[in-house]
Amino acid sequence: MTMYSLLQVAAEAASNSRGLGFIGAGLGAGLAVIGAGIGIGRIGGSAAEGMARQPEAGGRIQTAALIFAALIEGVALFGAVIAYQIQGKL
Amino acid sequence: MRPSGRILASLFRTPIALGVTVAMALMAPALATGGRLLAQEPAAAEKPVDYITPHITDSYELEIPWVNSHFAKEVCLGHHEPNGHCGPLWGPVHIGSLEVNLSPTKHVVFMLLSAAVAIVILVGSAQAQRRHQKEAGHVKGFAGGIEAMVLYLRNEVVLPNVGPHGDKYVPFGLTLFFFILLMNLFGLIPYGATATGNIAVTATLAIITLVVVEVSGMIAQGPGYLGTIFYWNKDLPLFMRPIMFVVMTPVEFISKLSKPFALAIRLFANMTAGHIVVLALIGLIFAFKSLASGAPFIMAVAIMALELFVALLQAYIFTLLSSVFIGLLREGGHSSGIGNTGNGEPGTGNRGSLLGKQGFRGEGAPTRKWYPAEWPEKLVEARASVTSSA
Repeated sequence: MTMYSLLQVAAEAASNSRGLGFIGAGLGAGLAVIGAGIGIGRIGGSAAEGMARQPEAGGRIQTAALIFAALIEGVALFGAVIAYQIQGKL
Repeated sequence: MRPSGRILASLFRTPIALGVTVAMALMAPALATGGRLLAQEPAAAEKPVDYITPHITDSYELEIPWVNSHFAKEVCLGHHEPNGHCGPLWGPVHIGSLEVNLSPTKHVVFMLLSAAVAIVILVGSAQAQRRHQKEAGHVKGFAGGIEAMVLYLRNEVVLPNVGPHGDKYVPFGLTLFFFILLMNLFGLIPYGATATGNIAVTATLAIITLVVVEVSGMIAQGPGYLGTIFYWNKDLPLFMRPIMFVVMTPVEFISKLSKPFALAIRLFANMTAGHIVVLALIGLIFAFKSLASGAPFIMAVAIMALELFVALLQAYIFTLLSSVFIGLLREGGHSSGIGNTGNGEPGTGNRGSLLGKQGFRGEGAPTRKWYPAEWPEKLVEARASVTSSA
């Protein structure tokens, strides 16, 4: 199976010391994205609730929600960029 | 404007001209060293070939696409080196102990291309709009679409956020938006490179914004500008002021520098991350050595649609945040911010579309249709102000 070759590469990577560095970079990026997911999910929930309470403010709420989501995503991508730099230096 | 501010203004002409001049002096080393830093990442491990990094980073080769392989080629933008690769066109420029590489690369070509296309589109639309005004009384066609975007940016993004007399910041905001948008969009077409995926380019744009923000703050506030650096709050009791001065001044410094830093990183990371995801998904085909019944393709198409949205959104966010920072520093940091709805003087708050013109719980808000109801007044208002003032 072709999955076997992928698993082989992963085992090879984990067995030398660079593998731990790769695991660290991947873990860092993943954890950073968790925060973004939670934050943007909360914005989505509040935006939907606000639009349900007051449908005529829907356009304004949508614009504001989009802007806040982009700001939070920027912060999460800080973490992703650092993880990318780590794997580039390994 | 205070007299000292007027003197400063006459010294600096406009903050935007000064900002661009200073930033262009800084642009070249930033462009070169940033591009070099990014190209220093090692391209491959022992066995696996790296498909992703060459498509994201800057290079000296430009790929010309064509439908058949006879005319498609890779153009070397520098000299052919003995080992077969393509090297820089010009030698490094030495500034003190710093070596700066100024030779043209792929991203430079795409930046110039975006600038040229932006000039053609915007100037052409302006001339078409003038012509249509004379003939038909209203603008039509593609120029009408560009006019709609320009007016939206002017009325909803720049003017509500930069504070009073904001008309001279509108060209700056429009330039930022259209330049960044075109650079982002050129990265999405096949064989295109995202110039904003280079940290040096986004850092240059952020430095330009920083200079515009600080200089316009200096002009608008005069000596009060120092109050935005050295924290001296007259509302505190007398013994608290030096303590807060020592504590808050580094915070103010960092906040002044971290805002453009965040702008640069946000734009760079959004553009690069999207491309990395698409390339990784296509790379699955190579990893599995089969088409995998089109699943990576479908996922990559979905991510590309998201990338298109992110390209527009990030250009909009950059412009919006630049306008907000300009407005924050011009107001002096007393009033305004995204949440201010008014009657705090001066300028009575942020009349932007984020919280709108409504009071508590929305009473008094006009029921706002999306396009037709309010646009005619705004359009007339815009044209009148354009023709009457400068």
